[in-house]
Amino acid sequence: MAHRDIAIRAEGLVKHFKDIKAVDGVDLSVPAGTVYGVLGPNGAGKTTTVRMLATLLRPDAGSATVFGHDIATDPAAVRTQVSLTGQYASLDEDLTGVENLVLLSRLYGYTKPAARSRAEDLLEAFGLGYAAGKQVKSYSGGMRRRLDIAASIIITPKLLFLDEPTTGLDPRSRNQVWEVIRTIVGEGTTVLLTTQYLEEADQLAGRIAVIDTGKVIAEGTPGELKSSVGAGSIRLRLHNTDQRGHAQKVLTDALGAQVEFDDDPVALTALLKPGEDTAAQGSHALGELAKAGILVDDFSLGQPSLDEVFLALTDRVDA
Amino acid sequence: MAFAETKTRPDQDAPAPVEKDRLRKLLAQVERPAAPSPWAAARAFGWRSMLKIKHVPEQLADILLFPIMMLLMFTYLFGGAIAGGTGDYLQFLLPGIMVMSIVMTTMYTGMSVNIDIHKGVSDRFRTLPIWRASPMVGYLLADVFRYAAAGTIMFGTGMVMGYRPSGGPDGVLLGVALLLVFCFSFSWLWTWLGLITRSEKTVMSISMTILFPLTFLSNVMVDPATMPGWLQPVVENTPISRLVDGVRGLFDGNVETSAVTTTLAWSAAFVAVFGFLTVRAYNRR
Repeated sequence: MAHRDIAIRAEGLVKHFKDIKAVDGVDLSVPAGTVYGVLGPNGAGKTTTVRMLATLLRPDAGSATVFGHDIATDPAAVRTQVSLTGQYASLDEDLTGVENLVLLSRLYGYTKPAARSRAEDLLEAFGLGYAAGKQVKSYSGGMRRRLDIAASIIITPKLLFLDEPTTGLDPRSRNQVWEVIRTIVGEGTTVLLTTQYLEEADQLAGRIAVIDTGKVIAEGTPGELKSSVGAGSIRLRLHNTDQRGHAQKVLTDALGAQVEFDDDPVALTALLKPGEDTAAQGSHALGELAKAGILVDDFSLGQPSLDEVFLALTDRVDA
Repeated sequence: MAFAETKTRPDQDAPAPVEKDRLRKLLAQVERPAAPSPWAAARAFGWRSMLKIKHVPEQLADILLFPIMMLLMFTYLFGGAIAGGTGDYLQFLLPGIMVMSIVMTTMYTGMSVNIDIHKGVSDRFRTLPIWRASPMVGYLLADVFRYAAAGTIMFGTGMVMGYRPSGGPDGVLLGVALLLVFCFSFSWLWTWLGLITRSEKTVMSISMTILFPLTFLSNVMVDPATMPGWLQPVVENTPISRLVDGVRGLFDGNVETSAVTTTLAWSAAFVAVFGFLTVRAYNRR
């Protein structure tokens, strides 16, 4: 059981399509039993990476193992461990919901009656029982996604690839998919999730690899990624516009930090010093403002958002 | 009232919420059935194609109408000119035209493979731990069913038009069986082509380029003895001509064994070469 704790280990994966280097040396180490986020914009190489790990594409260079099985030399063993929900619904549109799941259950080796009962149970659990007899082409985006994920857990996989599972979904469907993902991980399946939504990675993933132009440009927990960019900031909205200059001076003295005026005439932002307790700096700043008689309408203390992280990281690469 | 009805029924698109407890129970069932045998997996894919025929029955129209059209056209339009009369000509033509039109419809296999392989569903099939050739064999199983249906309809139409097989029911059944074996084997050329080409249009134009000369350069419509001497040995020995010799012989009750064995040898060769190339192309995608 040497590989018990690592679901995926990838080293230097490369894939070219003609002249384009879609994936240009990706290293990954995905701990088992967690959601691992692969975050990046369109065309960053997320899907190509997933397709290589799911044995759909052969890497041009580099190597990877899934629960210890090499994707290049033993793809059949990898296939017994994984399931894939692709970016575009991996379903047969001409068939009904129940026919899709029965077909796949048969392909996993279920007998006819067992396949039918497994299919029906899954449709009920995913709230799709009422649409079981309808062709998939009539399903909405959210319904397709759920049927697609249902198809991926006919046999509970050790590793589930979800390629942009919520792209194009409305907020309610997206929340339902998130719930499903959390439930699946709760039962011990490892999930590799690709997304272009920073909030999604932040919400679901224990660790994140940020990928851009075919390379991993940063890796860590959401918290680590945020703190790698800066310590965060205090944003204030004042009661009186004419106190802004005074407030700026008080904050600069109190925090020794850079304080800037926002576009909003009553607002200003102080960037906190990295390496010091954010909360303590916040309370200290508020206390000094109160002593100086400055009225504050709104106060927020925040870590940098993943959006800021992402922009900062990609800027660094472009530079 | 006429304006009050709207097509928007929000409940239609608002599925019931996910039942997490049920989902957990399903996830917890970790015992997994034994992997299906290659044959069982292929049968499951065959069942899928049959379901597609059920949901989209129009796809049968092509495959059933085309052969009847060929039969009627060649008998009544050209029969007089080629053989001096339609009755005798039908006796000669029916087995050949059955071979020709059914072999021509095999190219649809390549087109459906090509359409399918570009859809997400084939990604899912390719990540399943099953025999790699089973999706292709599944297509071909359903196609053999379609060819059998086309053969039956052609034969029935021929009987109505006055065709009488002197080989009897056994001869006819064996003749059709030989044709189906050949079509199944020959179709591996199309599955391979379907996998390596960019679009179904390319598949179609390449298959036409192969099929037209292959089926017309044969003994389907005319006796090769009427052709120039240098052409005769070529025409007499194409796989299609040998197949027609076999089917015609079985229908007429005077078959040469060599026509049947040569056809079976060609079939084995098609499966070996293009079956191998198909699976290799499927794995490399």
